[in-house]
Amino acid sequence: MTVQTERPPSGPSDVRKADGGGTGGTRARAASRAGALAPYLLLLPAAAATVLLLGWPLVKDGLLSFQNLNMAQLIQHVTEWTGFDNYKEVLTGEDFWRVTVRSIIFTAVNVVLTMVVGGLIGLLLARLGRVMRFVLMIGLVLAWAMPVVAATTVYQWLFAQRFGVVNWVLDKLGWHSMADFSWTGSQFSTFFVVTVLIVWMSVPFVAINLYAATTTIPDELYEAAALDGAGMWRSFTSVTLPFLRPFLYATTFLEVIWIFKAFVQVYTFNGGGPDRLTEILPVYAYIEGVGNQHYGMGAAIAVLTILILLGLTAYYLRIVLKQEEDEL
Amino acid sequence: MKRSLFGRVWPNVTAVVLFIGLVFPVYWMFATAFKPTGDIISENPVWFPTDITFEHFKTATEADHFWTYVSNSLIVTVCAVVFSLVIALAGSFALARMRFKGRRGFIVGFMLAQMAPWEVMVIAIYMIVRDASMLNSLVPLTLFYMMMILPFTILTLRGFVAAVPKELEESAMVDGCTRAQAFRRVILPLLAPGLMSTSMFGFITAWNELPLVLVVNKEAESQTLPLWLTSFQTVFGDNWGATMAASSLFAIPILILFVYLQRKAVSGLTAGAVKG
Repeated sequence: MTVQTERPPSGPSDVRKADGGGTGGTRARAASRAGALAPYLLLLPAAAATVLLLGWPLVKDGLLSFQNLNMAQLIQHVTEWTGFDNYKEVLTGEDFWRVTVRSIIFTAVNVVLTMVVGGLIGLLLARLGRVMRFVLMIGLVLAWAMPVVAATTVYQWLFAQRFGVVNWVLDKLGWHSMADFSWTGSQFSTFFVVTVLIVWMSVPFVAINLYAATTTIPDELYEAAALDGAGMWRSFTSVTLPFLRPFLYATTFLEVIWIFKAFVQVYTFNGGGPDRLTEILPVYAYIEGVGNQHYGMGAAIAVLTILILLGLTAYYLRIVLKQEEDEL
Repeated sequence: MKRSLFGRVWPNVTAVVLFIGLVFPVYWMFATAFKPTGDIISENPVWFPTDITFEHFKTATEADHFWTYVSNSLIVTVCAVVFSLVIALAGSFALARMRFKGRRGFIVGFMLAQMAPWEVMVIAIYMIVRDASMLNSLVPLTLFYMMMILPFTILTLRGFVAAVPKELEESAMVDGCTRAQAFRRVILPLLAPGLMSTSMFGFITAWNELPLVLVVNKEAESQTLPLWLTSFQTVFGDNWGATMAASSLFAIPILILFVYLQRKAVSGLTAGAVKG
């Protein structure tokens, strides 16, 4: 539910560049030494908090991943360094690779579905009349606002084996074998429900953002396209799509991060079951580390998970960081 | 351009179908919470509750430790949001208004911090909290929740601060205000919508957090509502009425906050990004 990220800061920095250079620069030069220290003092609490509360856990995670830390060591407070043993065990085992492949497929399917459905709804919003747009917006905002733990609980109820409304509808539609179907009983059906849940809760962010972006497309572009004889499809591919491309990239990037880390949905819905078949990387790290009390192993999986996430997002991350540097 | 009848009808029909699909889970949560048990456990679903009952809400609120969880959640969330606002306000002012060496580095750093995969860092945090003998306490929860929302708060507020015209601040200083006074009297009031929307998103994040509290706080006295909600079913079995009542109670503050603030906040965010 952390939403609306990244975008706001990028706008004003352009503006600041235009008006800020002169006055800001001269003032900084004219300021006393205390004045020169001011920005660092103002940033000190934030920087200190980040180093202490984010940097330290990251370093600690790295350190733990080189330790043999199970129940016994945990209770006795002993530190046993084991070098790369944890990594060796994780990387040579089958489980890790199976979970990794599963996580990547899971992320890909969910992100693609979210982007396609969300994008289409965004375009639909642009085409609707005022009343219907408002109605659809209400639906989107409600789904968006629903807290994830509550949403997962509600989906458990919707897809409950007995008295669940989904099974009832499927039965009435003529698919009678579904009347008493257990959605948590198999890998595929569990992933199916989790995917429906994730797409349902992620679509509003994409749709509303893309709709907002379409409203910023100047009408002149469409008029020019129409003058040049472009039809509906042509003006869509040569005006709408190129204009929306940066928004599509940005939202896809965010969705990849959010969905890859979808611990709460997967863990709460079925605990990674049945038979640990629906564990994705964050759930796997938790169950190996905390559940089975192989804390060192769990830490190693966590480090590898972070590296994989960085790998998945590296391409876009580079663009963002470069843009940000150019703008400043 | 005149559209055919079909061209005018299908977007509206699609919109209605989508609306139903989007709203139904939320509706079903509330509907189930208010239905008598007989209507919940029925062979054919009762689509519109006719007998309204508060029995399930009673079961949920009378569950063990319910009010402890409520107050824990409120304390942790509100403190985390307030601390991060204060810290972020100072930092974002520096980032938006001052020029200094390393500014770019700070911004990039906060952008990266925003991506932090907290879900997989819980083991390390558990060890840190345990070594500090702070398990089952609200203090580490508050601190880490604050950190989870801090990067977003700083980056967003930076946009809002930059959107306040520099001239206002300067004229206040010409009129004899110090920089601090100018900040308090001129910028701060204008930042209100920005503070509101950023704190809202921070509130939602902290209110929802599950993985960390799951690992570090094993005792009921120090647990929060998300944890209670996930374990609710194990305690109440197939009592879907009570479970949905619990979900409703958990969701209502966020739904109200979100729906009420959404337009303001989103327009605030875009205003923060566009105006200058």
